[in-house]
Amino acid sequence: MRKIVMEEKKVRNIIDGTVIDHIKPNCAMKVLSVLRDIDHECIIVCINTDSKKHGRKDLIKIENKFLEEQEYNELALISPDATINIIKNGKRVSKEKVKTPKHIKGIGKCNNPRCVTNCQNMETEFDVISIKPTVLRCSYCESTAEYKG
Amino acid sequence: MELKHFISINDLKKEDIDFFLKKAGSMLELLESKKSVNICRGKILATLFFEASTRTRLSFECAMHRLGGSVIGFADAGSSSVSKGESIADTIRTVESYSDIIVMRNPFEGAAKVAANNCSVPIINAGDGGHEHPTQTLLDLFTINKKKKSLSNLTIGLCGDLKFGRTVHSLAKALSEFKGNTMICIAPHELQFPEGIRKKIEDTGTKIIQTDNLKKAIARLDVLYVTRIQKERFVSEKEYLRLKGIYVVDRKMLEKANKDLIVMHPLPRVDEINPEVDRDSRCVYFQQAFYGVPMRMALLSVMLKCEK
Repeated sequence: MRKIVMEEKKVRNIIDGTVIDHIKPNCAMKVLSVLRDIDHECIIVCINTDSKKHGRKDLIKIENKFLEEQEYNELALISPDATINIIKNGKRVSKEKVKTPKHIKGIGKCNNPRCVTNCQNMETEFDVISIKPTVLRCSYCESTAEYKG
Repeated sequence: MELKHFISINDLKKEDIDFFLKKAGSMLELLESKKSVNICRGKILATLFFEASTRTRLSFECAMHRLGGSVIGFADAGSSSVSKGESIADTIRTVESYSDIIVMRNPFEGAAKVAANNCSVPIINAGDGGHEHPTQTLLDLFTINKKKKSLSNLTIGLCGDLKFGRTVHSLAKALSEFKGNTMICIAPHELQFPEGIRKKIEDTGTKIIQTDNLKKAIARLDVLYVTRIQKERFVSEKEYLRLKGIYVVDRKMLEKANKDLIVMHPLPRVDEINPEVDRDSRCVYFQQAFYGVPMRMALLSVMLKCEK
């Protein structure tokens, strides 16, 4: 039988932008869906690639994009182990693990159909009561649910 | 004691609850002495009831009149601009300029918090859907304390709709502040306490026992708190009809109970307490409804800072 040797091709580096590493496997597309103003940027996405730490991971490189607070919070809910690398002039200037916020505003929808946030034109608010799994408690009706992204 | 808004029973610490129990006791003495109290003269209470109510609305209005104040408001959403699509926030911003304190009942869970976020005068939650009904809790605690002379070391049976019943959610949270209580949750599986609330109560060290058998549980109880299976909270009528009438407190059921048991109900009842037991001295639900007046007098006077 012929042995297939697979060599990982290196994707190109970005000059200025963000590398989101250690994303939970198969969650890159979910992360992309919460990032704004990226339609015209160069985006490199790796799904289910090898990870020394976690076995498998996803990775996203985005040119000219730096995360806003809301995007950062949503990323932390989707993938609490993700790391954010800021690249400037081709060099990494910072690397940090995302921190899951204790309280979030304007992200997600309360799954209680009787909740006031589903009946009035208003922002949702949640307390994050557990990180793995990510469980949110609605600040209005107090119902709890796992965050599915 | 300062209380800006009263949205949830969690707004009160144990010592605040003790304070209100004492204050309501003084108000009860005043009511019984038939003396006129005019400590809220010149103050206006707005009662905004987007959902039907008999006891809560009338006892708040009665309390305000007894304190010498005046009342404005509406008794159903149809007679307000909400029927034209006005938001809760806009309604509240308007009414706050007409009144000194607002009591609101709304079918949506968390509505009272929305009102408080948009209001400079005190807001009292008179029920927000299946979520909370904290003033009912205070009068329930007042009733238990009056009848049992304590709020600790009691075995309390909560029976009926524990899933949607806001009164039991608030009451259970408050009773968990007092030491040594055991709560026996008597409900079919589908109507047991929501997971989040059960966990919060258990975290305080209060023992919770879940059962669907009232007949077996009743002999152990100091307090039986019965609630109505709430038709208006069910999405499916079929499900409501299946569960309705599952528990009935009647003469035969009370034969199995302790002589010093008290039977409470936030009312209205449908068929969960047979009127044949109304004259049994253990059934205290009408007295409980009356205690709403002194307790709400206590709340209004404190929140309006009209205490003497």
